[in-house]
Amino acid sequence: MEKWANNKAWFLVLPVVIIVAFSAIIPLMTVINYSVQDIWGPGQSVFVGTEWFEEMLGDKRLHDALWRQFLFSGLVLLIEMPLGVLIALAMPKRGWGVSACLVTIAIPLLIPWNVIGTIWIIFTRPDIGLFGAGINNLLGIAFDHTARPLDAWITLMLMEIWHWTPLVILLAYAGLRAIPEAFYQAAKIDGASAWAKFQYIQLPKMRGVLTIALLLRFMDSFLIYAEPFVLTGGGPGNSTTFLSIYLVKIALGQFDLGPGAAFSLIYFVIVLLFSFMFYQALQRVGKGEKG
Amino acid sequence: MGLSLQNINKIVGRETHLNNISLEFEPGSRNVILGRTLAGKTSLLRIMAGLDRPTRGKVLIDGKDVTGVSVRKRSVAMVYQQFINYPSLTVYKNIASPLKITGVKKTEIERRVREIAEMLHIEDLLDRLPNELSGGQQQRTAIARSLVKDTDLLLLDEPLVNLDYKLREELRVELQGIFKQRKAIDIYTTTEPTEALMLGGNIVVIDEGRILQTGPTPEVYRHPATLKVAEVFSDPPINYISGEVHGSTARLGHDIEILLAGHMKSLPAGNYKFGVRSHHFFLSRTSKEDAKIQGRVELSEINGSETFIHVNYDNSRLVVQENGIQPLRIGAEITIYVNPSSFFVYDDAGTLVAAPSRDVIEKA
Amino acid sequence: MARIELSEIAHSYLPNPKEESDYALKQIHNTWEDGGAYALLGPSGCGKTTLLNVISGLLTPSNGRVLYDGKDVSRLPPEKRNIAQVFQFPVLYDTMTVFGNLAFPLQNRGLPSSKITQRVHEVAEILDLTPFLKKRAAGLAADAKQKVSLGRGLVRSDVAAILFDEPLTVIDPQLKWDLRRKIKEIHEQLKLTFIYVTHDQVEALTFADKVVIMYEGEIIQIGTPQELFENPEHTFVGYFIGSPGMNFLECTLDGNVARVDGAGITLDEKTAALGLKASGKLEVGIRPMYLKLRFEPVEGGVPAQVQAVEDQGSYKIVALTLAGKTLRARLPEGKPVPDGKVWLVFPPQWIRLFADGRLIK
Repeated sequence: MEKWANNKAWFLVLPVVIIVAFSAIIPLMTVINYSVQDIWGPGQSVFVGTEWFEEMLGDKRLHDALWRQFLFSGLVLLIEMPLGVLIALAMPKRGWGVSACLVTIAIPLLIPWNVIGTIWIIFTRPDIGLFGAGINNLLGIAFDHTARPLDAWITLMLMEIWHWTPLVILLAYAGLRAIPEAFYQAAKIDGASAWAKFQYIQLPKMRGVLTIALLLRFMDSFLIYAEPFVLTGGGPGNSTTFLSIYLVKIALGQFDLGPGAAFSLIYFVIVLLFSFMFYQALQRVGKGEKG
Repeated sequence: MGLSLQNINKIVGRETHLNNISLEFEPGSRNVILGRTLAGKTSLLRIMAGLDRPTRGKVLIDGKDVTGVSVRKRSVAMVYQQFINYPSLTVYKNIASPLKITGVKKTEIERRVREIAEMLHIEDLLDRLPNELSGGQQQRTAIARSLVKDTDLLLLDEPLVNLDYKLREELRVELQGIFKQRKAIDIYTTTEPTEALMLGGNIVVIDEGRILQTGPTPEVYRHPATLKVAEVFSDPPINYISGEVHGSTARLGHDIEILLAGHMKSLPAGNYKFGVRSHHFFLSRTSKEDAKIQGRVELSEINGSETFIHVNYDNSRLVVQENGIQPLRIGAEITIYVNPSSFFVYDDAGTLVAAPSRDVIEKA
Repeated sequence: MARIELSEIAHSYLPNPKEESDYALKQIHNTWEDGGAYALLGPSGCGKTTLLNVISGLLTPSNGRVLYDGKDVSRLPPEKRNIAQVFQFPVLYDTMTVFGNLAFPLQNRGLPSSKITQRVHEVAEILDLTPFLKKRAAGLAADAKQKVSLGRGLVRSDVAAILFDEPLTVIDPQLKWDLRRKIKEIHEQLKLTFIYVTHDQVEALTFADKVVIMYEGEIIQIGTPQELFENPEHTFVGYFIGSPGMNFLECTLDGNVARVDGAGITLDEKTAALGLKASGKLEVGIRPMYLKLRFEPVEGGVPAQVQAVEDQGSYKIVALTLAGKTLRARLPEGKPVPDGKVWLVFPPQWIRLFADGRLIK
């Protein structure tokens, strides 16, 4: 659809343009500026060209963080997506149960990120946490996210899944509700099994929302910072040092502004690349629905 | 106000929705746009309303270019296929909404709303919300809203298509009465030939984004300029029999010989398609000029007062619309009669070369 | 194949229905013969779709039983009843081909694949879908999609009845003719029980051997198109069938003359005698096509005023004023129409008398 009206409408957008300019474009320019200079102190800098970029691209720890990041996002999605769809399918379709379920499911989405971290730290603490202590004492399995990398990963993934599966559920549920009743009636009459119904009606009709959910969740998990920061600060060792944690370590921890800026830009390009994929996929889904 | 469209094109992606449309609408005229689904009727209305901008071409109101002017600055009202009302406002407030925006006095709003509501027989429903109404009542509300402000242009996009058959019949009659009282240009789109004929006025027949024919509605019905127009503008669909003209006679199908007289007298030799509307076929001879067609009954549909008989002749299908109940056995041999004076004759290119004269129809 | 009996069916969507108006279906008791072509006709909200869903098993009625060939199926789900349904909007499995769609009901029932292929090809041939078998169903035109929906019912050799819920809603007028004809041909060919729900009288009358008219949750008349047209048992049927509907004039009887505000319409003796015995509000009814218009006073002619003339192509509708009421007459194309005063002739054989809305007979 094409809409146009009065050119004066542009003035209404102007404040936003100015704010975006100050909050995004100018800082970005600064970062680009930093990324090509070596800075020792105020007013003391020298142009170094692509040196920081080369350094960062060759940085083994960055490579490790990147692969860790992909592994984390991949695992989280593999669990969150099917789990979300499954729960959405199991939800009631009408009656008071709908609102009850929706409210309960939405709770994790309403909690601030750092609070989520704190909740889970306490919950999984091996000494006093319900979960941590329970596993250690009742099941007799040693569990300590501060000391064992695997346990830290499990805790982080639990956190992420607990926090964000509701989003997938809500989207999938919305998609399911949009399917006209006649499709289910036809499937019933055709004698379709529950699996066939899922495969040929529900899944194809949910494809659009699921694509959106997948991409949103990918981007979000790829930018994860608060949870590992609150939990272990990237440890034990570097086991939960994801891209954003590593970036903050370089830029603020070591105050290496140049490499930090170069890293930021690389990170930015990666995110941009996936945003583009996100956009392309959305476009295709839109067309697919129409055809 | 006069509305004119000049060389309007609308291209979306790679698809051409409208192809070089030029039209003139006289002030106070009643107009029908007839075309099948996806012919471009809605696209055209949206451009007239100012909701969409044409890819190329101009929209002029009283000679002034308004192509880029927003819908809010035009004096236009539109009624859609779907029943579109403000769900949280009562019927009264829905109807009053266009007046409120323009700042009409409260007493005047009250008067106008009640007047229009009465015209559309919804005066008792003014305190209800749209979802407490039946489909017909919802659409009445939407129509009332579009009429309450005396706009210069009233656009109705298949407004009755989602209503029950019977309701459609009633509203159609009422709408005609309402249109007559107004000075606006009314433009009404439809897929149904009967509806177009009932509304009368002028017609624009479009297909695949092109204008096929324009003119006074009954005139176009009686002189469909091309095969396509005749197809779009006949219900049941018009019947065709191919034929060949030699001198003063023509042979239709494989065995129908007719003498060329009246409107077909001066047809040059060659191949033609002869079109007959279903109600011009009869099961008994009505005049001595009648051509006889011998076919086989494929199906007979009884519609209370009349029968539609589907006949196979030369492997093509003809539909006969005959008054009364005609019990016919499927597969039976049947003879149908048609007076050649009711033939529409189309040449190889599908252009009308001879149409039954009005006198002949009146005499029949 | 099956004969379907509805025994004392009533249904309410409310959990605790109290009054009669709480019921979407009030009291339905009738039989649908094996191999019949039925139409279920009525305005929106009359309960026709509810009744269809009761027959198909998508809905279990609050009261009453549904019998297929004498067997009680009231509690059986739709897939156990061997029925098929075509919906208002095409319902297809978008990701499958046309072949896949047609084969789906058979695959679900575990037929061997050679048998499935054979059946699908047979049905595709009947429906003229053979060239599309390998195409994706989502890309088809609306009429082809509806044919695929119908095909999914036809492939099952055990199917007892096919139910149609306003299947031509999304089809263009010209294509409606073809599709309707196809459905009729299939009925002639396969002799299955077809039940067709619609609000469109043309569709109902042309399709069905027997039309069932519903109004406010009740069946008010069942009859052939001709019976409904000529002898509507209720003023609602008279109004609902025919385009335009039947004309009704309130009257009093004076011997064999029906008095309408001073004007007299002569009835035949049998009708008059029946009318004299009836009580309640009397009305004369006549179909627009049977009203005759005369330019000059004639014996038995009732003077009336021409209001408006509508040209509908193959005929004209003349609106007339008689005793303050509007009547409509339907004239064939080409008949001259006078303006101003005319004399109406009511042929006695086409006049019907109604008492309190019911046909007197």
